[in-house]
Amino acid sequence: MTLIGTSVKRVEDKRFLTGKGQYTDDIKIPGMTYAYFIRSPHAHANIKSIDISTASSEPGVVEIITGKDVAEVNGVPAGWQVDFINGETMKEPKHPLLVPDTVKHVGDAVAMVIAESYGAAKDAAEKVFIDYEVLPAVVSPSDALKEGAPLVHADCPSNLCFDWQLGNEKADVDKAIEDSHHVTKLEFINQRVVPNAMEPRSAIGHYEEHNGKYTLYTSTQNPHLIRLLMCAFVLGIPEHKVRVVAPDVGGGFGSKIFHYTEEAMVIWASQRINRPIKWTAERSESFLTDAHGRDHVTKAELGLDKDGNFTALRVNTQANLGAYISTFAPAVPTYLHGTLLQGLYTTPLIHIHVDAMFTHTNAVDAYRGAGRPEATYLLERLVDTAALEMNIDPAELRLKNFIDPFDGVEQPGYQTQVALQYDSGNYQPVLKKALGMVGYEQFRKDQEAAKSSGKLLGIGFSTYIEACGIAPSAVVGALGARAGLFESAQVRVQPTGKVSVYSGSHSHGQGHETTFAQIVADRFGIPLEDVEIVHGDSEAVAFGMGTYGSRSLAVGGSAIVKSMDKVIEKGTKIAAHLLEANPDDLEFAGGKWTVKGTDKSVAFGDVSLTAYVPHNYPEGLEPGLDFSSFYDPTNFTYPFGCHIAIVEIDKETGKVTMKRFIAVDDVGNVINPMIVDGQIHGGLAQGIGQALLEGAIYSDDGQLINGTYMDYVMPRADDFPMFEIDRTVTPCPHNPLGVKGAGEAGCIGSTPAVVNAVMDALKDYGIHDVEMPVTSEKVWNILNQ
Amino acid sequence: MIPSQVAYRKPDNINDALQLVNDLADDCKILAGGHSLIPVMRLRLNDPENLIDITGIAELKVIRDNENSITIGACATHAEISRNEAIQQNAPMISKAAGMIGDIQVRNFGTIGGSIAHADPAADWPAVLLAANASIVIKNASGQREVDIDQFFKGLFTTACDDGDIITAIRIPKTAFNKNSTYVKFVQPASRFALVGCAVALDKNSEIRVAFNGVSATPFRDNGIEKSLMNGDDAATATANTADGVSVMSDHFAKSNYRKHLAGVYARKALSELM
Repeated sequence: MTLIGTSVKRVEDKRFLTGKGQYTDDIKIPGMTYAYFIRSPHAHANIKSIDISTASSEPGVVEIITGKDVAEVNGVPAGWQVDFINGETMKEPKHPLLVPDTVKHVGDAVAMVIAESYGAAKDAAEKVFIDYEVLPAVVSPSDALKEGAPLVHADCPSNLCFDWQLGNEKADVDKAIEDSHHVTKLEFINQRVVPNAMEPRSAIGHYEEHNGKYTLYTSTQNPHLIRLLMCAFVLGIPEHKVRVVAPDVGGGFGSKIFHYTEEAMVIWASQRINRPIKWTAERSESFLTDAHGRDHVTKAELGLDKDGNFTALRVNTQANLGAYISTFAPAVPTYLHGTLLQGLYTTPLIHIHVDAMFTHTNAVDAYRGAGRPEATYLLERLVDTAALEMNIDPAELRLKNFIDPFDGVEQPGYQTQVALQYDSGNYQPVLKKALGMVGYEQFRKDQEAAKSSGKLLGIGFSTYIEACGIAPSAVVGALGARAGLFESAQVRVQPTGKVSVYSGSHSHGQGHETTFAQIVADRFGIPLEDVEIVHGDSEAVAFGMGTYGSRSLAVGGSAIVKSMDKVIEKGTKIAAHLLEANPDDLEFAGGKWTVKGTDKSVAFGDVSLTAYVPHNYPEGLEPGLDFSSFYDPTNFTYPFGCHIAIVEIDKETGKVTMKRFIAVDDVGNVINPMIVDGQIHGGLAQGIGQALLEGAIYSDDGQLINGTYMDYVMPRADDFPMFEIDRTVTPCPHNPLGVKGAGEAGCIGSTPAVVNAVMDALKDYGIHDVEMPVTSEKVWNILNQ
Repeated sequence: MIPSQVAYRKPDNINDALQLVNDLADDCKILAGGHSLIPVMRLRLNDPENLIDITGIAELKVIRDNENSITIGACATHAEISRNEAIQQNAPMISKAAGMIGDIQVRNFGTIGGSIAHADPAADWPAVLLAANASIVIKNASGQREVDIDQFFKGLFTTACDDGDIITAIRIPKTAFNKNSTYVKFVQPASRFALVGCAVALDKNSEIRVAFNGVSATPFRDNGIEKSLMNGDDAATATANTADGVSVMSDHFAKSNYRKHLAGVYARKALSELM
């Protein structure tokens, strides 16, 4: 029996598809109250007064809390610290739970109305009278750094949170660029996107006076980290008095990694009123307050010699952090972005400078890919643009500059110019496979032929690498992380041979309950149904770092393997005793221990029962069959791939239609191909969505103009062709499963492929770039300028 | 997304509905499907004290095939309209437009009367009804009147209806031009409403009607195109100055110059199906 590598249907889907999922908002606790947060309608304003007197006596109102009430409580912290180039610590202004004085973005929470029903809370909120003195706002990253720009935080002059650099000596890179035969330059905006998880954020705070314990139910990707940040940094509640539960969570895409003020507020206020409090975001609140993604302004230059070899890469990025530092925001434009600029190429000299600044907008943080899509976008746009400018085929240019294959075992990992050492890679096959799938030569003929029929066809490439499975704790600690990035797993074999696995990973759509069960069932030789994956509850799971950065299988799965190793090691001793054999003479396979070369064997279930009913048992061995492990990897994992987009442009309307999308990804070994395909599909939809459809639009005074589904374009199935996907397999050399991670690949690789395809279609129009999202209007303007 | 408290009433006959609407005057809104009204109530952009749900009135759901016209009850759903055979035969653009509104859920619940009473300039019905030379049957406590479609849409979310009025039916004349008619739209990619919608009903021997929604705050007929076509000009010539003299809307999906251009493109698309 082998389950690894087979497309087992997802065990969680029945409950999701039949409406039986249990999300935070589904939880009801006797005596529960409901909270509504009053949010600032202004991007920047002084609160002159808040009058709660009328609202407080409205029917059903339990309590109204304002910023003054929580003035002594700490704000939510940054989980990652990045220092200025000169060594100073980044500016870290307080992010208060409720704003007492000056609001800093539209949606900033000003007051919390708690009532017997959500409707009553909302009705009463309309009778809280707040007098604002509206102040000038700054929205764009470049404006924020200008002399005399409105300051977001009085204690952060010039709005600069930090600057940062990475790579080779700047002077060496400058000189190499200057000496290059050709320099391709691009300046562009990697626009801000709204995550739009299907389930809005939701949190329930439940304080129980009888034992002084708190329970936080919250729609999060990492319950343990929320507990750590909230207890240690915000509320000062002892951690053992707090249970955090993340039940079914309906998507996150990064936006539910972070510790949000509402989580701390429901816990704090629950103790104050001694009743449970539920808050669930409305979709409009999600638009305004779920941490957004991207929002970089980048200038990038790639030097090439006359043969097209890359000589140097120089990048300058302005990263908009929004009004406050969200949990992992400082890491995104720096260690998750600058470190990826080697790409798949042998570029010998690389330098990146980043300025990260505050603006009067919602916070920006990790969003599917987190820094890596931005790095891939700039690099892959540069490569296709260089190919066009130097009249070299874009596929040829890539093949010329690819790093040679290395498996990380026989050949060492590849040391980049930007800190990371790639684990294993073999880059030509993904490109060649994708070219074969697309029928490249025929496409170029079709492209010429289409011109005469009023259609413009274009092809765009992207050959990307990403760093997943974050990561070795010591490494991320040295880079500023304020948390470890290991994972824990407990494998509890029950007396009857059924297995409960407690994982610190957290599934919010990825299918852990299936994939992890496949690994366990396969290893123990037991049916899939005999394995239960438990996650998302800090009282059930020892500890966990949660799910993001495509880390669940590479890190969390490896922790499970470690615990299973321990189970088998101990089980072998018990089996040897039962078989009256030497443990070294046993082999475990197919769900039983067998004395090698004989038919004498004992089944997994018999050994587990013996472990808990140890009447006939090895001397000195503890009863039980239950092991925990913490796994801290030795390196990131480095999936890679090639994406090719083919677009058609209608010259009359400028409308861009995706005709084909080919993705060949190498995510290492694959446990469940169907789930990996699903992850790739979803990632592609998000990546292509950013290229063609999505983008948050703030007005100059800081209003989010497209904060509803009537105006913000979410991609839909009919925006896409059937994706053509395939794989190569280059196993990860440093984790036991050989897996690399698949959650973000689609989103990282696809965006530049689409824009490159648009540029290829428009190559006769003498333009260098088109701003994302590539709307029909923008293309029509290019066609008619 | 919880609306304010509202009193809900669902009369089962038109006289009771008219009485309620008359008595409650400006403190009520008429609910006829709710795909426009409920969202604005949930956003608390509209806080009526009373909702009069007229979808329980059987006669308002009837689509009647008369000798010279088809009358569509105001509470007929988009889905019912799209599959009505008499409409398919006599005014194909109406069937086509009905099938292009929203998604299946919207079409199964939303009604034609509710939609036109809301008068969203980007909705699909206005251009189609203008091109069809429809008339709107309106009742109130003092009687019934029939408003010519050219006089019905007054501006952004504004119609010829007054407080106390209920739209009861939409009358589509059986004409040669309606038999040869179509509707096309360039969708706004988020809402899938019409960024530009164009309906054309064309009979070269009698009348040609060309109407747009999505282009300006008020849906309109383009008389320039109609006259040019009646004079025998080809589509390219006739549409060269599409939407001239109209105040064209502008937003982050389409500034007015691009929208105006699209109006011409979509007029030609529609005409190419009919000529």
